[in-house]
Amino acid sequence: MTKLVWTLGIFIALVALLAIGLQLNPREVPSPLIGKPAPAFDLPLLTAPDKRFSQKDMIGKVWMLNVWASWCPPCLVEHPVVTQISRSGLVPVVGLNYKDQRDDALPWLKRNGDPYQLIAFDPNGRIGIDYGVYGVPETYVIDRQGVIRYKQIGPLTPDVVQKKIEPLIKELQGAQ
Amino acid sequence: MRSSFALVLLCLSASVLGDEALDRRVTSLAHELRCLVCQNQTIADSNAPLAVDLRNQIREQMAAGKSERDVIDFMVQRYGDFVLYRPPLKATTILLWAGPFAFLLLGFFFLIRFLRHRQVPAPQLSDAERAQAAKLLE
Repeated sequence: MTKLVWTLGIFIALVALLAIGLQLNPREVPSPLIGKPAPAFDLPLLTAPDKRFSQKDMIGKVWMLNVWASWCPPCLVEHPVVTQISRSGLVPVVGLNYKDQRDDALPWLKRNGDPYQLIAFDPNGRIGIDYGVYGVPETYVIDRQGVIRYKQIGPLTPDVVQKKIEPLIKELQGAQ
Repeated sequence: MRSSFALVLLCLSASVLGDEALDRRVTSLAHELRCLVCQNQTIADSNAPLAVDLRNQIREQMAAGKSERDVIDFMVQRYGDFVLYRPPLKATTILLWAGPFAFLLLGFFFLIRFLRHRQVPAPQLSDAERAQAAKLLE
């Protein structure tokens, strides 16, 4: 009898372990950049090559950096969500156009709408490496001091925005 | 004329040799780093655009005189320990390193317990058999 209880107990424990394992997403690699200053960059703008943007320009503001590319289908999927955040005026949304070409990126924006306050242009993906980008789209929430507070790997969903990003941004905006 | 030609050849071969040494260092380090796009491949094996970029990054930094350690630190700063194919030994990975040995010990524990508690029935002989055995032993 006790033997049966033991065997059943071990079996249930094993099933529970495997069930938890199956629900973890191996693609969500915890970023070592959370809590660290956003890596420095100074890039030309996608829409105006003679102008430049640096992460320093946003010091004093809570902002969102959204890494996207015209060749990335999930970016198109999250596009309405990004647009909605930007329209709501919750937070300034800056784009980082990653490993893309102007001739592809500009028509993409024309077709799908441009929700970004401005877009930094990173054609060879060098700044992407500094931000630990490995699967576009990725989104960073950066606080007033320029520290990364959140990283979303993969497309933003209304659920994530409502449950994680909105509360975080409001909290960060509240803190002086 | 001939000596200057030889000198040029020598320089050329030296730079080619230098490139080969660099190639070897880049490749051997690339075998230690995980490609984050296709997670079960190293960045040496993967053809994902990110792996190509990271290989170029390794080459660039090594050509600029950075050591293996420097390049690994650069990668870990950006992508975390996950980028290392051989995870470092620290508090969060102790289960990973010690787990198999813990299971081995647990296995021994149960094996020993099982062996101790196993009841070996003492051979029971009837009087007739005993007598037969005694006869054989004489």
